[in-house]
Amino acid sequence: MSNDLPLPSAEDRGGPAQPILIVNGLRKHFPLGGGLFGGNKGAVHAVDGVNITVPKRTTLGIVGESGCGKSTTARLLTRLIEPDEGEVIFDGEAVGVPGGMPLKELRRNLQLVFQDSFASLNPRMTIERAIAFGPQVHGLPASEAIERSRHLLDRVGLEPGRFGGRYPHELSGGQRQRVNIARALAFNPRLIILDESVSALDKSVQAQVLNLLMDLKDELKLTYMFISHDLNVVQYISDHVMVMYLGQVVEVGPVEEVYAHPRHPYTKALLSAVPSLDPARRTERTPLTGDPPNPINPPPGCRFRDRCPKAHAVCAEIAPPSVAVGADHRVACLMADPASGHPDAS
Amino acid sequence: MSNPLISVSDLTVTFGGSRPVHAVNGVSFTVGTGEVLGLLGESGCGKSVTLRSLLRLHPPRRTTYGGRIEVDGHDILSMSEEQLRRYRGSVTSMIFQEPLLAFDPVYSIGRQISEAIRRHRAMDGTAAEAEAIRLLDRVQIPQAARRYHAYPHEMSGGMRQRAMIALALSCRPKLLLADEPTTALDATVQIQILLLLRELQREMGLSIIFVTHDIGVAVEISDRVAVMYAGRIIEEGPIAGIIGGPAHPYTRGLLASTVTQNMRGTRLEAIPGAPPDLADLPPGCAFAPRCSHASATCLASIPAYETHAGRGVACFHSLNDEGVPPSVTAKVS
Ligand SMILES: Nc1ncnc2c1ncn2[C@@H]1O[C@H](COP(=O)(O)OP(=O)(O)O)[C@@H](O)[C@H]1O
Ligand SMILES: Nc1ncnc2c1ncn2[C@@H]1O[C@H](COP(=O)(O)OP(=O)(O)O)[C@@H](O)[C@H]1O
Ligand SMILES: [Mg+2]
Ligand SMILES: [Mg+2]
Repeated sequence: MSNDLPLPSAEDRGGPAQPILIVNGLRKHFPLGGGLFGGNKGAVHAVDGVNITVPKRTTLGIVGESGCGKSTTARLLTRLIEPDEGEVIFDGEAVGVPGGMPLKELRRNLQLVFQDSFASLNPRMTIERAIAFGPQVHGLPASEAIERSRHLLDRVGLEPGRFGGRYPHELSGGQRQRVNIARALAFNPRLIILDESVSALDKSVQAQVLNLLMDLKDELKLTYMFISHDLNVVQYISDHVMVMYLGQVVEVGPVEEVYAHPRHPYTKALLSAVPSLDPARRTERTPLTGDPPNPINPPPGCRFRDRCPKAHAVCAEIAPPSVAVGADHRVACLMADPASGHPDAS
Repeated sequence: MSNPLISVSDLTVTFGGSRPVHAVNGVSFTVGTGEVLGLLGESGCGKSVTLRSLLRLHPPRRTTYGGRIEVDGHDILSMSEEQLRRYRGSVTSMIFQEPLLAFDPVYSIGRQISEAIRRHRAMDGTAAEAEAIRLLDRVQIPQAARRYHAYPHEMSGGMRQRAMIALALSCRPKLLLADEPTTALDATVQIQILLLLRELQREMGLSIIFVTHDIGVAVEISDRVAVMYAGRIIEEGPIAGIIGGPAHPYTRGLLASTVTQNMRGTRLEAIPGAPPDLADLPPGCAFAPRCSHASATCLASIPAYETHAGRGVACFHSLNDEGVPPSVTAKVS
């Protein structure tokens, strides 16, 4: 399939063992108050020292309650916003540093698809032109860009002759999301971040789009980062899963291992909040109380401690480091660190 | 159930205009006292329109109702405006996805709840305030006496949802209409609200009609569930029966396309196509164009809604336990 595309796919530089993406110490604080003298009110610690590794041709699921920094992470990686700190290595090349990968090249290789299928499409542009627009900006001649656009429409299941001339409002939500996927593919990216991209779709249509995403991943050798609040869908589509809480990663590992043996109390709570779909096993107790807090001036120590059933005095003193608890499985909880002084540590 | 609290028969709701929208096309169901009915279906199938009809909330000039709605002895579709005003809140009240729509932004939530109490119950200001605080506490809002003075925008999503539940229950209704009240919430907060509703429902002997597009949510809250498609109920039954053995191909398709635990590595069974345009419904079964079991009959005429042993289904080829229509099995064997 990739050979059919009129633009060559960006080449694999580092080989199969080189992760497509490595992120170290990614940080973004949004200052509060803003105004001329408003500098000292503190900040929203939206993303606070996040490390990520994504192996090639895999899917990394990202989960966590709203406000934990999932979308900010996505926007930082695609440079829609500038990080305060952090190193990004794309297929072995440091991004945005002298001698490294220029930002423009990163943007072509790393595409983002949002939840809101309407907001990201220009209402006055036919979808055929919307898909051709990006590659044209990147220098592809108009006729080739249109040809490519029609090819991609066909690939995402929208007959180009029937749909190419339509405007976004003339499509259903599922069809618009297919257009957004085609538009991302038009750059021939190697990594696509899907930020709640199927969340607004009805289940019967969501299944169509998930099947499409799986097919495209195989055929085009893609890597995905899949952000979703639906833990069942994340389990279905991901190879690894990363759990975020208040701007930090609290647990990461192979999806089956994390779902079967979650180590962080937050991961356990998140997983048990998912309805079972079994009328004989209805939920009887809430796994967490209260709403997800705001990451405004978070207190020292573990950020989850005031909602944690296992919290101990030491959790207020030490920010839990990320420790390995299995192959590729890491958790940031003092209970996972035998030397931490937490009474339940093992 | 000889005397259900709610009885809806052959309800139709049409919105006028140059292309009339047939949003509800002959919906019938009953709900007993203390029973929770889940109304399940995908977006645009007529769940909210059905629910809002029980309070007659649609714009009167553009809306044509047909059929009959009876709630606790009241004939809703023939009530006067004055009768409706007394009925709303005291017999039936409603919660929905966006609590900010339930509250006036310029008054504290406590004041709005105590005013609702005074309007419907014989209580003076002090008693109503005490009752409002008791309710806020009952819906598990921490520091209820202090939160009484909070404005809606000062509360988090989950707390606003709780405040809206307190407002809805303040006049001790018999029927609570819930229109996707947990859809915008995180799963961790959603389950708290569902458990709270279940608790309150039992305690107050409430009947609830709970609209949702999420099967998992329907399972957590419902005793029975009715599945809607294109403005009709196409299947109904006890929740365990519907999940365990869907009889309508649409229900089966909806369950199969919903991602549940441990489905990694399997291909999803998506339903092809999309629901029909409600201004241009097909002549036969509205699901037939997407249905793998559809025959010429399905395309030509609308299947009758047939009930048997607490289950109802509207399909010419309803499925047996193996998920195939009996007519097909007969041909094979
Ligand atoms: N541009 C911004 N200015 C200030 N705060 C922001 C901005 N963008 C996001 N935030 C805050 O950062 C936190 C993380 O937000 P976000 O990444 O959108 O979370 P998620 O996608 O996990 O729900 C939230 O508290 C949010 O309010
Ligand atoms: N006041 C109205 N005027 C015209 N059409 C309406 C009105 N309210 C709802 N509809 C239409 O009725 C159909 C069913 O809507 P609704 O009951 O809200 O669906 P849902 O099952 O998602 O709750 C939709 O096509 C919707 O656009
Ligand atoms: Mg987000
Ligand atoms: Mg609705």
